[in-house]
Amino acid sequence: MIGWLTPRNVVVAALLVFLILIPIYTAATGNPFLLTLFTRIVILAMAATSLNLILGYGGMVSFGHAVYLGIGGYAIGILAHEGLSSGFIQWPIAIAASALFALGVGALSLRTRGLYFIMITLAFAQLVYYFGVGLDRYGADDGMQLYQRSQFVDAISLSNRTLFYYLCLALLVASIYLVWRIVNSRFGLVIQGSRSNDRRMQAIGFPTYRYRLVCFVIAGTMCGLAGALLANHTEFVSPAMMHWTRSGDLIVMVVLGGMASTFGPLIGAIALMVLEESLPALIKLAAAPIVGEAATRVAEYWQIVLGPLFLLVVLFARGGINGLLESLERRRG
Amino acid sequence: MLLIFEQCLNGLQLGLLLFLVAAGLTLVFGIMDMVNLAHGSLYMIGAYFAASFVAWTGSFVAGAAFALGATLLVGMLMEVVAIRPLYGRDHLDHVLGTFGLILFFNELVRMVWGPAGLRVPLPDWLNTAVPILPGLQYPTYRIAIIVTALAVALLLYVLVMRTRIGMLIRAGASNREMAGALGVNIKLLYTLVFGLGAALAGLAGLMQAPILTVQIGMGENILILAFVVIIIGGIGSIRGAFIAAIMVGLLDTIGRAFLPDLLRLVMTSRGAATVAPALSSMMIYLVMAVVLVVRPQGLFPVANK
Repeated sequence: MIGWLTPRNVVVAALLVFLILIPIYTAATGNPFLLTLFTRIVILAMAATSLNLILGYGGMVSFGHAVYLGIGGYAIGILAHEGLSSGFIQWPIAIAASALFALGVGALSLRTRGLYFIMITLAFAQLVYYFGVGLDRYGADDGMQLYQRSQFVDAISLSNRTLFYYLCLALLVASIYLVWRIVNSRFGLVIQGSRSNDRRMQAIGFPTYRYRLVCFVIAGTMCGLAGALLANHTEFVSPAMMHWTRSGDLIVMVVLGGMASTFGPLIGAIALMVLEESLPALIKLAAAPIVGEAATRVAEYWQIVLGPLFLLVVLFARGGINGLLESLERRRG
Repeated sequence: MLLIFEQCLNGLQLGLLLFLVAAGLTLVFGIMDMVNLAHGSLYMIGAYFAASFVAWTGSFVAGAAFALGATLLVGMLMEVVAIRPLYGRDHLDHVLGTFGLILFFNELVRMVWGPAGLRVPLPDWLNTAVPILPGLQYPTYRIAIIVTALAVALLLYVLVMRTRIGMLIRAGASNREMAGALGVNIKLLYTLVFGLGAALAGLAGLMQAPILTVQIGMGENILILAFVVIIIGGIGSIRGAFIAAIMVGLLDTIGRAFLPDLLRLVMTSRGAATVAPALSSMMIYLVMAVVLVVRPQGLFPVANK
């Protein structure tokens, strides 16, 4: 048996091929639903990938990671609102703003551990959320519409949905590659060492606080870029982008896919979003023989199934989907 | 001057409600080492039960008592079914599992009570105002909230520090195995403590019910505020939670009431009107950040936690 032909690698390769083929399907059928859905999935997968760097590899459970989606998104939205629609200005500012915020939050929150860290990252995210809610000039609660997507050179127009999708996909693959390079570097080993035993790493002489801070900023910056993409995708920014449940969703994606695994966040993002899209239909299908006509009403309450599902994943599938695939591999010997 | 006094009372009332929610959280964390995000759902369920039972019994007090009991039962059931398997796992698992529970409870409430918000009418004898200072009328119901919450806080203190159950709770918190080895039924104790926390959250929810609209997601905002409270107070410390809750309640209320005027002193009134709402809702988080810089373990850290 060829060594690399493991169940996991086959699934990952199949997913990547599938992702590449989606625009072709859309072009063939003329139905943009799948393309729109998967643009969103790819962008959120990028956010989840960035979270995996700190949560999976670094053991830093950030419960406010969606805030960078909001900061990146609002940077685009605010600049566009003020008449600056050049992507060459918008994107660097979006990235810089997220990096700067991550630096501030990281510097404060990395002084703490465990539960404190979880809650502090959450609280800082809430701070920005409420700031967004209070921004009357930029739509406050309701958010605001983007009148045009970021403008780059004429040849590359983000309004071209296929092109935009491939741009997102390319950035996702680049992020996954970057995270993979980081965790396999000396820097990444220090981060993982500090996850396992921070005190020992310090005793060996690593200033782990600084390492972790840099790692935290990298993750925040990457997620800020995803936020810029998300704003361009939906052509809309609102505080809901950084609502704390969104941060929870990102954690779910990482854990569902498999923490501290290269493609886990991608798998998790696809799994969660596809599940959310298909669960109502599945419930309808399952309930139809039992309750008949009322199945449509029952299907409305699909979250009642989704919630306990998270609990089951936590209890019985710690390694997520990636872990299941790997155990399949081990069983085969 | 009267306005400041009135706002202080409002802040005190918010702070005490926050304490009821935070006490349950911090108790469950301090004793079971368990992060329960679904604590806010219990607050919400308390309010919904109150809405139903008040309508059913036609009496506010009887409805509130039924709601309290029902929330206690829901809390204990939740502990047995969903929380117990999570003990001893790491905090990420708690966060994720109880995040799932929030979705579950929100949807369950939507199924049972429908998506529209509910109102809980106050009985006439509470829907009055009493003069507490010359020239200042204050709603009776708000005073009732303050008195009830203070009494419950006192009761909680007596329960934890002066009774046998409290002694067992403290024993379980400081050394679980040892307490178990000495014949304490730890499982039952945990279920009781969780139920107690649930009842406290439910009490806060049902007391808020007549003031706010009872709606889905109402528990989540107060949950995050309660987190801020226990971070400031020091996780696991009930005394810290009490002081921090009052502090946050006062700060939030007074900030919202007076920040626009204060800002108007240093900037144009139009600028103040823009900045003030955002700044006042951010203020408690800023205070939390300051506390963390000065004392990362909170103001009243619990020893060896």
